[in-house]
Amino acid sequence: MNLIEIRDLTIGYDGKPVVSGLNFDISEGDYLCILGENGSGKSSLVKAILGLKSAYSGHIHFAQGFSRREIGYMPQKTEVQRDFPAGVFEVVLSGCQGAMGLKPFYGRAEKRRAASAMERLGITEIKNECYRNLSGGQQQRVLLARALCSADRMILLDEPTTALDPPSTAEFYRIIESLNSDDGVTVVMVSHDTAGALENSNRVLHLGGMESMFFGETADYVKTKLGKKFLGGDE
Amino acid sequence: MLLEMFSYSFITRAVVVGSLVSLCASLLGVSLVLKRYSMIGDGLSHVSFGAMSVAAALNVAPLALSVPVVLAAAFLLLRLSESSRIRGDAAIAVISSSALAVGVIVTSLTTGLNTDVCNFMFGSVLAMTDSDVALSVVLSVIVIVVFALFYNKIFAVTFDESFSRATGVRAGLYNTVIALLTAVTIVLGMRIMGALLISSLVIFPALSAMRVCRRFKSVALCAAGLSLCCFLFGMVASYAFETPVGASVVVVDLAVFGLFCFLGRRR
Repeated sequence: MNLIEIRDLTIGYDGKPVVSGLNFDISEGDYLCILGENGSGKSSLVKAILGLKSAYSGHIHFAQGFSRREIGYMPQKTEVQRDFPAGVFEVVLSGCQGAMGLKPFYGRAEKRRAASAMERLGITEIKNECYRNLSGGQQQRVLLARALCSADRMILLDEPTTALDPPSTAEFYRIIESLNSDDGVTVVMVSHDTAGALENSNRVLHLGGMESMFFGETADYVKTKLGKKFLGGDE
Repeated sequence: MLLEMFSYSFITRAVVVGSLVSLCASLLGVSLVLKRYSMIGDGLSHVSFGAMSVAAALNVAPLALSVPVVLAAAFLLLRLSESSRIRGDAAIAVISSSALAVGVIVTSLTTGLNTDVCNFMFGSVLAMTDSDVALSVVLSVIVIVVFALFYNKIFAVTFDESFSRATGVRAGLYNTVIALLTAVTIVLGMRIMGALLISSLVIFPALSAMRVCRRFKSVALCAAGLSLCCFLFGMVASYAFETPVGASVVVVDLAVFGLFCFLGRRR
C-alpha cells in the first residue's frame, strides 16, 4: 500500500525551483534512501512532506488513514542543542507534544510511550543523563526515540549519521534496519553516506537536477551510471 | 538600615516592582538565551526608550504609549528573525539604534536632554507609581502561570523548533507569547533598571544558572531564584553606597555569574 504518493512536485528555496516534475511513492514497509548532492533539494523535499514548507506546485497525497502527523521526524542537530540543559527523558517525552494539543502536563500514557521507545533503542539506563554530555551516537538514539514517541508508522531521518564515527554509524544503521524489518516501520532516510545507506534500503530516490534523477529499486540503482558514480566506483 | 530603607514608600514600590520584573525576566530569559535571542531584551528596551521620549514630548502617560509600541516591535523582531532575509542580530541592531536616535532627537527638540532622559537611560527608583505596582503584579502572575502551564511546550519549542512544528505543535504561537510577555516585562523594568541596563535581567540569571544546572527545569528555577536575590541585594547595596539601582543590580549579577562560572568549572 502506498502511504505517500508524490505527483509532479516542484520544490526549491529562495524562490528558485530546484526539483521539478518529481514523481515517486513511499509504500508501507519501505526503506527509502534519498540521495543527492548539497543543494539538490533533499531538505526542501523533507520539509514539503512534513508540511513545514509549501511546494511550488504538484501534489503530496497521503493514503486514507495516514497523515503527516504519523511521521516521526528526526531533524539534523541544531546549534541550540549543543549546550542545551536537558535530561534524556524529557527530550524523549517532548516527542509526545504534538498529540497533546493544549494539555499542559504529561500523563501516564505519554510516560509509558517514552519509556517503551527508550527500551526499544536501549537507552533506558541513560534516562537521567544530561543530553549535552552524551556521545554523538547516544544523542542520535535519543532523538530517534523522540521521533518514535511522536509516531511509529513511518520515520523520516534527515542525515542522521553526519558527524558520527564509523562504529556509531554502523550501530545506528543496525537499529534502523531492525526497526524496519522487525517492527515494520517505514523508513525514509536522507543521506550523504551513499554506500552505508544503500546497504539496507530497498528503494532509492536520487535528486540531481533534471537530467540525473532516479527512483526505483536499490538493486537497479547500483547498476546505473549515477549509482556507480555515487558509490565511488568506475563509470 | 533595612527598616529605614523600607520606610520610604517609593523604595518599597521599587522593590516590589523590581522583584516581580526580575522574576518574569529570568523565566523568559531562559528560553530567549537558549534560542540565541539574548539581544531581544536590549532591542526592545531601546524601542521603549524612544516611545517614552515621544510620550514625554506629547504629554501622554509613558506606559500608555510605550506598551503598545514595544509589543509591536517585539512582534516585528520575531518575524524578522524568522525570515532569513535579514539576520536576527542585524534586525535587532537596526531597530534598537533607530529607536534610540528618534528618542534622542524628539527629546532634544522639546524638553532638551535633561535628567528625565538620564533616568530613562540608567534607571531611577523614583519612577514607580501605584499603578505600576498593580500592573507588575498582574504581569508577573500571568508570566508565572503561562510559564508553568506551557512549561513542557516551551521546552519542546526551545529545544527543537522544526521537530515541534513537524509534530503539529504551534511553535509560532509560543514564540509570539514569549516575545509579547518579554516586551511588557521590559517596559515595566526599564524605568528602574534603565534602557541600557535592563537586558541584563533577561540574560544574566539564565547564563549563571546554565553554568551549574543540567536540567531545563532546574535552570528555570535557579535563574528565578538568582534573579530575585541579585535584585534585592543590588537594591540594598545601592541604598547603602548611594549608587544607581540599575548599575548596582548589574554588578551583583556579574559577580554571581563569575562565581557560578567558577563553580561550574570545578564540577
